[in-house]
Amino acid sequence: MLVHTAFDRAEQVARHWAAAGCPLVIHADKGVPKPAYDAFKKSLSDLPAVRFSKRHRCEWGTWGLVAATQGAAELMLNDFPDVRHVYLASGSCLPLRPVQELIDYLADRPQTDFIESATTADVPWTIGGLDHERFTLRFPFSWRKHRYLFDRYVALQRAVGYRRRIPNGIVPHMGSQWWCLTRQTLSAILSDPERSAYDRYFKSVWIPDESYFQTLVRQYSRQIESRSLTLSKFDYQGKPHIFYDDHLQLLRRSDCFVARKIWPFADRLYNAFLSDNAGAMKRTEPNPGKIDRIFAKAVERRTRGRPGLLMQSRFPVEGRENGLTCAQYSVFEGFSDLFENFETWLAKITGTRVHGHLFAPERAEFSDGQTVMNGALSDSATLRDYNPRAFLASLIWNTRGERQCFQMGPRDHIKNLEWDLAKDPNAQISVITGAWAVPLFKSNANFSDIRKEAARLQQVESKHLDVLRSPWTKARVRIWTMAEFIEAPMEPLQTIIDEIGQQNLRGLSEVPRMSDLSGFGQFLQNLKNQGMHPYLMGDFPVAHDPHEPPHNKPKPYLVQ
Amino acid sequence: MNQLNDAIMAYRLRWKRRRLLFRALRKRQQLRGVVNRTDQIAKGDILGAVTVRNEIVRLPHFLDHHRRLGVAHFLFVDNASDDGTREYLSDQPDVSLWTTRHSYKLSRFGMDWLTALQARYAHGHWCLTLDADEIFIYPHHDTRPLPALTEWLERNERGSFGALMLDMYPKGRLSTHPYQPGDDPFHQLCWFDGGNYMIQRKPDLQNLWIQGGVRARCFFADQPRRAPTMGKIPLVKWNRRFAYVSSTHSLLPRRLNHVYADDGGEIASGILLHSKFLNVIVDKSAEEKSRREHFANSDLYEAYYDRLIDDPDLWSRTSTKFISWRQLEAMGLMSKGNWI
Repeated sequence: MLVHTAFDRAEQVARHWAAAGCPLVIHADKGVPKPAYDAFKKSLSDLPAVRFSKRHRCEWGTWGLVAATQGAAELMLNDFPDVRHVYLASGSCLPLRPVQELIDYLADRPQTDFIESATTADVPWTIGGLDHERFTLRFPFSWRKHRYLFDRYVALQRAVGYRRRIPNGIVPHMGSQWWCLTRQTLSAILSDPERSAYDRYFKSVWIPDESYFQTLVRQYSRQIESRSLTLSKFDYQGKPHIFYDDHLQLLRRSDCFVARKIWPFADRLYNAFLSDNAGAMKRTEPNPGKIDRIFAKAVERRTRGRPGLLMQSRFPVEGRENGLTCAQYSVFEGFSDLFENFETWLAKITGTRVHGHLFAPERAEFSDGQTVMNGALSDSATLRDYNPRAFLASLIWNTRGERQCFQMGPRDHIKNLEWDLAKDPNAQISVITGAWAVPLFKSNANFSDIRKEAARLQQVESKHLDVLRSPWTKARVRIWTMAEFIEAPMEPLQTIIDEIGQQNLRGLSEVPRMSDLSGFGQFLQNLKNQGMHPYLMGDFPVAHDPHEPPHNKPKPYLVQ
Repeated sequence: MNQLNDAIMAYRLRWKRRRLLFRALRKRQQLRGVVNRTDQIAKGDILGAVTVRNEIVRLPHFLDHHRRLGVAHFLFVDNASDDGTREYLSDQPDVSLWTTRHSYKLSRFGMDWLTALQARYAHGHWCLTLDADEIFIYPHHDTRPLPALTEWLERNERGSFGALMLDMYPKGRLSTHPYQPGDDPFHQLCWFDGGNYMIQRKPDLQNLWIQGGVRARCFFADQPRRAPTMGKIPLVKWNRRFAYVSSTHSLLPRRLNHVYADDGGEIASGILLHSKFLNVIVDKSAEEKSRREHFANSDLYEAYYDRLIDDPDLWSRTSTKFISWRQLEAMGLMSKGNWI
């Protein structure tokens, strides 16, 4: 047992092992002050089968840990001739199952060495950008304390093409430093005539505690189970996860024999697992895989986060958002101008949430005239325009699980948002260009005002279309001119609805009501006559419109 | 060019930090010690630092909560309380108390006083800088005390921890909810705005400027720029060279402001439950309005106080009811990051 801190816990665990009849060799880090060490030694002096081995300085990733292990292992093999398996544990390890279960488990497998041991090529365990180079370069500087020197020296060795020779052609293996080896294997490693050569070599390998025994065991073992009996989980930086009180059920579920690292103040864990519950012996195999998902999720959350969430501790720089929003949504431009009841129709046919013009100059027109939406999002135009990006991201985030649709048009405040929309792969943007002219056509304003407004809207929309057609656009954009659209309105509508992908597989049983456009061609011609050429709506014949919608209600189309 | 600009900014901020520290040193003169129990502070203890004025109502729960989390010692500055706050605090066994009658506003809203005390007593300690109406919570706070968090932060080479301030309010008019000192204020103030926060990154200090919540919605809808800042960095492994810049929203050196990930990932963060809207606020607002000690440009906030004096109902149909930290985590108001 390797110990360097939290001696009260180490003592508690040592007593637990000893009570089950396991002899124990303890190594305490040389950095531990003498009074603390002496007190610790004294506290365990009543146990006959506990030895303390020669102390080494154990800094992370250095040879000291291996030297300490070697010393302790030799002492163990010499002093306790009955020992068949040696289990390497640390002071922050906690036995999760009754020790007797472990003893029985090992007794059933007398020739098996449990040690995780994999070649560097086959595993992605890299720290500091080094994998195989751990074994071919030299590392005289501490990675933790002198990172700069460490990095420079690695760079220098790479630059001059330095490579160390690996003795006797052994194949470097790596793995968890917590192993359980048989007397045969362990004594073979320790009494190997070549040991001094290996030791010399591994002294300047980086993190030798994860490769010394893992490599040499391949020379002697008759049967290797390449896995550790100790449950330990690592985060995305290779640092071990710490287990706290609330992990009790999780640890139970894993069925592992031993876990590390345990937070020293996790009273509940220590009480639960060290209390002598001589219950029914389980014969189950350790199964750390059962709890893997939770740790994989933690890595995912730390490295990729929840897409579409902007919050106090996730605020990606441009390009790293992984989507501005968290779910797909639809933007309709011109539809509610062309159709009289587009919003209610859309809501009915798709079962989605359909808003009006969310970016209207007066207020955000939430569905059903609400003034506050999910998450207490206000309809105030000033608040919205203060940070339209946050407004949109929040809206989509707050309503996750329900698809959102909203209307947009050149009258709206979209200038600060259009690029974000265009670059958002979650956006489905459908545009009928020039449809903004319909409300003008129907309005009761003076023609000179209409002309001015039309010119402005045309300019805004034309710039907006440039954005939507730019090569940076990631949204699914569909654009029709108004003339094109009214020629055959059902086909595009069907496509859009299909893409939204709600139930409705049998085609559209009901169609939205199109505005009465008789005289619209003349209206456009009037604008032209005033010197304002409306071009975005496509070609509308002036006098008599051949495609003029029927004066009576359009009959329901059925599009398959 | 960018690098050069950045270096120039870093240099200017260094001097700014020195100015702030010097200023704090001068303001130290304004403090008069009431009880000094700082000899109790042991190595590795987590400290609390608070400026208060007439907070006798909130203090029992405030102290209780943070003691339970594992704050070992509190440094309090009392700014001319007359409701028994001073007496109450001086009786607490784990509180060291200073008092002053000088201006809160001229002390940068109490920060100068606290900076002076922190430089003296908090060097090398994790320090939680709060207001008396802020209750600090973080993922797993119900099962893992603060030392577990600070230890984990250190292992991850983080020296600071961010928290979003969450304005909590009752359903109905504010004054109609009686409160007994010592009770959990969030039994009544159990509603909050769950998803209307707006974030910008400040280029100079590199912190996030977060606005939103109920105050932005109800009081500042027509002037959002003036809406209160909701992002804070209350928990810092203190060094005597550190200084908060404006309240606890940002501090120098600016690396401590990096309490967020900008590569798309999430890092762990907490929440400050804000008990500002306890029934006492209605009366207190009238007083604050005339004292003009709370905002840099007090005139602009008269309407805000008037609205509060009117005893408003802040609740909306889309408000969220507070259940637990897990709920806040799931809603994305705070994050576990990879602390699982």
